[in-house]
Amino acid sequence: MSEQEILAFDKADAIVDVPTHYCPGCQHGVAQRLAGELLSEMGLTENTLLVTSIGCSVFLYNYLHVDSVEAPHGRAPAVATGVKRARTDKFVLSYQGDGDLASIGMAEIMHCANRGENISIIFVNNTVYGMTGGQMAPTTLIGQKTTTSPAGRNASKEGLPIRMAEIIGSLGGVAYSARVALNNVKNIRKAKKAMKKAFEVQQKELGFGFIELLATCPTNWRMTPIQANERIENEMIPYFPLGVYKDVTAED
Amino acid sequence: MTKKGEKLFIKGNEAISRGAIAAGLKCYFGYPITPQNDIPEYMSAALPAVGGEFVQAESEVAAANMLIGAAAAGARCMTSSSSPGVSLKQEAISYLAGSQLPAVIVNMNRGGPGLGDIGPSQGDYFQATKGGGHGDYRTLVLAPGTCQECYDLVIEAFDLAFKYRNPVMILGDAIVGQMKEPVITRALEERNEEEGTEWRIEGAKDRDHRIIKSLFLTEGSLAGHNLALQAKYDEMAKNTKQELFETEDAELIVVAYGSIGRIVKSTVRKLRAQGHKVGLFRPITLYPFPSEELNKLAKQGKKFLTIEHNLGQMVEDVRLSIRTITDSDFFGFMPGNLPTPDDFEEPILKSLGGK
Repeated sequence: MSEQEILAFDKADAIVDVPTHYCPGCQHGVAQRLAGELLSEMGLTENTLLVTSIGCSVFLYNYLHVDSVEAPHGRAPAVATGVKRARTDKFVLSYQGDGDLASIGMAEIMHCANRGENISIIFVNNTVYGMTGGQMAPTTLIGQKTTTSPAGRNASKEGLPIRMAEIIGSLGGVAYSARVALNNVKNIRKAKKAMKKAFEVQQKELGFGFIELLATCPTNWRMTPIQANERIENEMIPYFPLGVYKDVTAED
Repeated sequence: MTKKGEKLFIKGNEAISRGAIAAGLKCYFGYPITPQNDIPEYMSAALPAVGGEFVQAESEVAAANMLIGAAAAGARCMTSSSSPGVSLKQEAISYLAGSQLPAVIVNMNRGGPGLGDIGPSQGDYFQATKGGGHGDYRTLVLAPGTCQECYDLVIEAFDLAFKYRNPVMILGDAIVGQMKEPVITRALEERNEEEGTEWRIEGAKDRDHRIIKSLFLTEGSLAGHNLALQAKYDEMAKNTKQELFETEDAELIVVAYGSIGRIVKSTVRKLRAQGHKVGLFRPITLYPFPSEELNKLAKQGKKFLTIEHNLGQMVEDVRLSIRTITDSDFFGFMPGNLPTPDDFEEPILKSLGGK
C-alpha cells in the first residue's frame, strides 16, 4: 500500500477473503456479506455453526469463516435442529433458497419453526430455481416465465406464489419473522437490522428467527442487474409486502 | 439408567434403547412406525432423564436429517424405524456416508414391499447391505438374534460408527424387537465425549473453518473421496462377526441370520438329537459379510442351505463367498408368517439328503 492509499474499509472477520462464484448482479453476495458482518459485529463468529443447503446457497460455507455442515435438498431446518440439540450452547444459522425451503423442504421448515427451535434461518427468495437453471419455484410470480413455465406461471394450474414470512409468522414457536428486500441501499440497511433481530432472538433463547430476503437472479430472469432491482420494486414487493410478521419482543 | 450386571426381562426394542443410552447416546430422533415404537417411547422418557435430547420428528426424513446435524456436531446419535420408514431415511444415510459422519440407524424389519404388513420379514437385506440410498457407499450392518445381542450390538455399533466415521445399521425384525428375554446390562467406562471427534463442527477458533460436506465439484476430487471411502470399506471387511454352532463335524451347514438364525438353531438342536449331522452359521455382521469364514467351511467339503425370511437375498452373498468351491441350497420362508423350528426341519433334511 502506498502512502497515498488509505484503507477506508475492511472486511469483517467472519468473511473469508475469496472471490465468490455468483453471477453479476446476484444478491446472494449481499445477503451473505450482511450475515458475515453481523456475526462479526455481534461477536458470534467463533461460536457459530452454519448449515448450508443446496443450489447457489451451498457455497456460503466457503465464504464465511465458521464451521459448517451441508444439508440435503430441503432438509436444512432438520439438520439445524440436530446441530442445535447436540450443541445448545452454539449459535446455529441456516441459509436456504426458495425452491429448497418452500417446495421440497416445506415440511421441515414448518415443523422446525413450530417447535420453536432456537435457530436463525435466512431465506433468499428470488422467485426461481437458480443453480438448477431457472425452473419455476413456489415463489415464482403469476405470469413469470421460467424454463418449466414457458408460458408464464398460471394460477389455475400451478397455484399462487407462496408467502413464507406470513406463514412462518403465524406459527407458535416463532420469535421473529420478517420480509425485507435487497434492491437498494435503504432496504439493505433495513435488511441488516431485521437480520440482527432474528439473530438476537436466538441469543435470548426466545425461539425461531426467520428472515425472508427478496433478492435478484438476473441470469435466470434474463435481465440486467439494474432491471432486476427494478423488478423487485415493481413486481415482487407488491406481491410480497415488506414488513415484520411476528416479533415476540414487541408484544409485551 | 441401568446398573452394571442388572438382569432384566425386556423386549429387544427396549434392550436396544437401554444399550444405546449405556453407550452414551446424546440425541435420539424418531418417528412412530410399527413394530419399533417401543424405542421412541422408551427414549422420550429415559433420554431426557440422563441429559440427552429426544425429538419426535415430523417424518422419518426429518429424523434422519436431524441425525446429520447432531453427528456433525460430534454427538452420539441414533434414529430407529421400520422398513417403509427406513426407505425414507435412505437419502440422509447416503449423506451420512458421503460426509463421513457416525450415526446409528435401527431397522426393525417388517414385511414389504410397500406397506406390506407389520409382521416379521428379512426383506430389507439388500437395502441394508448394498447401499440403500444413492451413490457408491456401504453401511456397516449388525444383525442381533437375541435380546442380549440387541443390547450388546448397539453399544458396539456406536464404537464402530466413530471408529470408521460411518453410519452403522442394526438390522433386527419384528421377532427380535417384540420378544422378551433376560438381558444382562453393563455399565460402561467413563468416556470422554470429545475423544475421536477432532473433525466435528464446534466453532472455528484459532484455526481454519471446517466444512462437513459430500459435494466435490473440482475435477478428480470426488474420485479421490470415493477411493478413500472404498479403502475404509476394505478395512471394515477385515472385521466380521459370526456364530458357529455344531459346524465342526456337520455335513450340512445352514446359513441364517438374526431371529431366523436363532430359530434355525433350535431346529439344528432337534435334528442333532436325532443323529443328523447339521450345523448353523449365523452371520452377525451382514456388511461386511463373513465370506472368509464361510469359505473355510466350504473348503472342508460342507454342503450349504441358506434359510431366510424372504425369497432369497443373503443367499447371493453366501454363493459369492463359496462359489469357487460349492453352492448353497436355498429355503425362503414367506414374509408375513412367523416360522417355528419345525418349519425348517423338512428343508434341512431334504438338503442334507442331497435332494
